[in-house]
Amino acid sequence: MSVTNQDVKKVARLARIALPEDQVEPMTDELNNILNWIEQLGEVDVEGVEPMTSVVETSLPMREDVVTDGGIQDKVLANAPKSEDGFFVVPKVVE
Amino acid sequence: MTDLTGLTLSDALDGLNSKAFSSEEITTAYVDAIEKANGALNAYILQTPEKAIDMAKASDARRAKGEAGALEGAPLGIKDLFSTEGVRTTACSHILGEFTPPYESTVTANLWREGAVMLGKLNMDEFAMGSSNETSFYGNVINPWRRNDGGNADLTPGGSSGGSASAVAADLCLAATASDTGGSIRQPASFTGTVGIKPTYGRASRFGMVAFASSLDQAGPIAKTVKDAAIMLNVMCSHDEKDSTSLKVEQPDWTKAIGEPVKGMKIGVPKEYRVDGMPEDIEKLWQQGIDWLKAAGCEIVDVSLPHTKYALPAYYIVAPAEASSNLARYDGMRYGLRQAGDNLTEIYQNTRAEGFGAEVKRRLMIGTYVLSAGYYDAYYLKAQKVRTKILQDFQNVFEEVDALLTPTCPSAAFALGERMDDPISMYLNDVFTVTANLAGLPGISVPVATDHHGLPMGLQVIGKALDESACLRVAAQLEEAAQFNAKPANWWSA
Repeated sequence: MSVTNQDVKKVARLARIALPEDQVEPMTDELNNILNWIEQLGEVDVEGVEPMTSVVETSLPMREDVVTDGGIQDKVLANAPKSEDGFFVVPKVVE
Repeated sequence: MTDLTGLTLSDALDGLNSKAFSSEEITTAYVDAIEKANGALNAYILQTPEKAIDMAKASDARRAKGEAGALEGAPLGIKDLFSTEGVRTTACSHILGEFTPPYESTVTANLWREGAVMLGKLNMDEFAMGSSNETSFYGNVINPWRRNDGGNADLTPGGSSGGSASAVAADLCLAATASDTGGSIRQPASFTGTVGIKPTYGRASRFGMVAFASSLDQAGPIAKTVKDAAIMLNVMCSHDEKDSTSLKVEQPDWTKAIGEPVKGMKIGVPKEYRVDGMPEDIEKLWQQGIDWLKAAGCEIVDVSLPHTKYALPAYYIVAPAEASSNLARYDGMRYGLRQAGDNLTEIYQNTRAEGFGAEVKRRLMIGTYVLSAGYYDAYYLKAQKVRTKILQDFQNVFEEVDALLTPTCPSAAFALGERMDDPISMYLNDVFTVTANLAGLPGISVPVATDHHGLPMGLQVIGKALDESACLRVAAQLEEAAQFNAKPANWWSA
């Protein structure tokens, strides 16, 4: 399986990474190199094999469905590129 | 007084306990050493000398009151992947800007609780994606070791924990925290003549570690000796409710494994790790390790791990896929860098294009592709099934043997720039280490010899799940047999 320039543009859009036109072709080549190398996994017979989850037999822990954290508005906003009156300031998204 | 920075962690703790010197004295010695060396090595990206001296004074006061912890007064370096409250944490990515966490990672909180002192934040590959520390936003780290050919070429300390390894090798901290997703503790340790251990997945909490590939990431130390590594591991690991994959299991005192006789242990030597084109130095090193363990009374068993060759390709699906999901959080809205754009989507795209480096973008593209509609089963699910096969290989051989002995890396440290043009040749650095990440197993690298250029090389011991003790016990035996005392000549202190 190999990717085209069109595929690469689509993936860049999905990944939300701006990709200037002159970088599309080199990226396509790089990805194809890596994807071709990964193709060798096709040789492995995984019929009836479960996907790996954990090396140690374990189950996800459960806890009571109660509030355990919060009331730290200042801390939450401390690293915001822009904030005002206790809110994140983000670009207008609804017309 | 002898040079305090030359001490091992274990000896330094003894010196502090016997009041031969204070934490303030040894911390000051390290602060001065970093000041002189960092311009040349670039191991630290952020030095915190005032905080270090404050912490050292507080430590001396606690000791005076008889309240000494397990690492009381010991100055350490912290990989920039660990969130440190009030101290900038970026995983060496531009996209995190000046991010200053209002919380502490569990691993570092454990260190401070036991009295350790922070010297600063250590350089690393951006988001831990790299094997040569050449992808950091803050520039390359230089290996204190040089080839003995007179060329004085700058060598890589390995990656992603290149700053941790370089700092420990150059005596710029007693020990350092590091993290290992595909070999990022063990490969730099091998390249710098230091000891690095990755515990079983789930031993150390991932809370407050900047996430790369969550099913593979695991914290561990880089240290000067196997015993030092055990001392650090004892404190870094803990059960933590803030990490749902943290294991609730008994944690032994790992220092007890040091010096335990290895007589009667069965050590597996996997034939698939004898790769084509392996340098003769590495072959010799491995045989030497086998001979030492035999002489110590181990039984050497030839074993086979047939799916070894599929480990790296599987890794380069699983790790990028998980990274593309984890790194989706960097949208420029809540923290870090934000770039201008005409609309929201453009702001996201411009922020991420500007904030991520080339290798991170490459992996995010791969990860996004393999998770995109129609490809999930063919790539991610398939790779997770191959992981099961790799784990089964290990489980089969561990029915017969107690631990495995392999080289840590297929080569000694290489020159900066030498492998940056070919991603796959860079990825092959991790060919011997990545299997332990995929299977979640503990692995340690211990320096045992130098190659024909006078560069250090390590051997790796892989253990059963939760059997870090076996790794440490065998590694300590190798350390004892090798008597590896070589140190790089100090060219870096201004």
